[in-house]
Amino acid sequence: MSTDQQRSTDGSASDGSATDDGTDLLEVDSVVKHFGGLVANDGVTFDVEEASITGLIGPNGAGKSTLFNCITGVYTPDDGAVRLDGEPIHGLSPTKVAKRGVGRTFQTPKTFRGMTVRENMAFAAREQTGERALGALFRPGTIREEEGDIQATVDETLEFLKLDHLADEYASGLSGGQRKLLELGRVLMMDPQIILLDEPVAGVNPSLTDELLARLEELNDRGRTILFIEHDMDVVMEHCDRVVVMHDGRTLAVGPPEIVQQDERVVEAYLGGGDR
Amino acid sequence: MALLTGWAAFLVSVGTIGCIYGLLTLGLNVHYGYTGLLNFGHVAFFAAGAYASAIVTMPPPSEVTNASYQIWFNLPMPYAFPVSLAAAAVVGGALAFLIGLTSVRLGTHYLAIATFALAGVFSDVLVNEAWLTNGSFGMNSVPKPGRAMLSADVWQLSYLLFAAGSLLAVYLLLERLMNAPFGRLLKGVRESEAAAKTLGKDTNVVKLKSFVIGGMVAGFAGGVYAHYLGSVVTAQFIPAVTFTVYAGMLLGGAASNTGAVVGAFTVVAFRESTRFITTVYNWIQSTLPDALSGVLPTVFSPLPNNPSFIPSMRFVVIGVLFVLVIRYRPEGLFGDPSEIQALGEED
Repeated sequence: MSTDQQRSTDGSASDGSATDDGTDLLEVDSVVKHFGGLVANDGVTFDVEEASITGLIGPNGAGKSTLFNCITGVYTPDDGAVRLDGEPIHGLSPTKVAKRGVGRTFQTPKTFRGMTVRENMAFAAREQTGERALGALFRPGTIREEEGDIQATVDETLEFLKLDHLADEYASGLSGGQRKLLELGRVLMMDPQIILLDEPVAGVNPSLTDELLARLEELNDRGRTILFIEHDMDVVMEHCDRVVVMHDGRTLAVGPPEIVQQDERVVEAYLGGGDR
Repeated sequence: MALLTGWAAFLVSVGTIGCIYGLLTLGLNVHYGYTGLLNFGHVAFFAAGAYASAIVTMPPPSEVTNASYQIWFNLPMPYAFPVSLAAAAVVGGALAFLIGLTSVRLGTHYLAIATFALAGVFSDVLVNEAWLTNGSFGMNSVPKPGRAMLSADVWQLSYLLFAAGSLLAVYLLLERLMNAPFGRLLKGVRESEAAAKTLGKDTNVVKLKSFVIGGMVAGFAGGVYAHYLGSVVTAQFIPAVTFTVYAGMLLGGAASNTGAVVGAFTVVAFRESTRFITTVYNWIQSTLPDALSGVLPTVFSPLPNNPSFIPSMRFVVIGVLFVLVIRYRPEGLFGDPSEIQALGEED
């Protein structure tokens, strides 16, 4: 896939980061979030283009996870706006944000441990008649039909994620990496407009990491928009179309990886920090 | 026709009470087993249902001694029976709705405290609002449907059949509900509310629905109970009922409807078994040779010689059963270990 990356590297909060074309799916506009005296997000601004893979990086404490929580409705931003497809979604409940089409995973996967992989997946399907008590009792025909479709999608998605051999295992029996895949699969069952992943490959063994990243690339090729938090610079540089660098609750730089990588402030704040 | 005697009478009464506790346990299982809601006030829904049935069918206060209630409908039996049971379920569900509306957002342990406290409040209301509940005298003229047409024994047996049929019907209804996507929804909310929310499910509504369904089942159980005993008294609705139901559910296996029913019957049988302690004691004493006749009295002499001692052993028996289940079979008889061991555990 390709995106026209004409954005300057200077995406800091001060420039307001105006939308440059009509393809921005998610707009994060000067988001501010305080916790008492602590300012976790201090005017974070960037856009996520449709059908792109955007990496969100920054040192620990930069406010990345807080921002994810502001986008997904877990927190209400104190100021600023989050828009999906031009519609504001900040201040909505997590349930409503998810219904609008924002799917997310967690840093430590929150799988349904006491349910099978298949049940985990099927849970996330939208608008199920059988989820309503009366529907469950009195509309067996509709449910059978819907359930057939849901299970077909589950099988397809599990096969895509190469989890099909674990379909009837309990999630509690899965490895950490497999749980991350399952969480991704569950999000896919919602058929979201944008997928937010919080450190999708952290703590996952190398072969499974490659597998997971390959799946993300393939999803992106199919037109999915992905925004993910990641610490591994190689991963970010290799797989992202654009990178957003956060530092001290602010957007430090936004742009294609090769340009962001050379930004002095980024090097100073993050990359130059030691191990690279 | 002769009265049912000895074992037969005992089994019929234990069977009927077992069915009623089976219903209560099925209701609690919707809350705790499927949705993970720690409801420690289950007896309140049971009481609400029993009182609703009583109020719907009680004769006018003028025909009853010690009557101070001011609301009665005196619907004619036996046609009022289904109406009364429906009212019991609706009132049980309505109370669950009210309690759930305020409390269901609370996390597990906080919900346990809130429901326990609210059940205590409800129990005080039942004692004090005599215009509605006849206070601590209770409603003692709840009609027994069909009793006039049948002899005592036939009625006892018929009512057992009716209770068993009700239990089966509720069981089948809940099985259908829990095997549908609705059950999956409840389980997901039980496993992780945060995840369920980010997958677009309104967890508070789901929990409220679960609370109301379980409350309706418990209310219905109250109706069946009221018409079985013919009297509804506040002293019947004590927290021990809730804990007995918990014991049954955990013994049978949480999140299993079959387990709930089997567990309830087992616990009721265990509880009633204490009444045979004296019989067994006397029997052993009578079969021992004279030389050993002093042994048992010596062994048991430190125990208090109090008429309420043996009945109070009920709670000890249930406590011991509880400990054994938790220690040796935490998933219960019919529970799925992979499912139950993760219950209440946050990811």
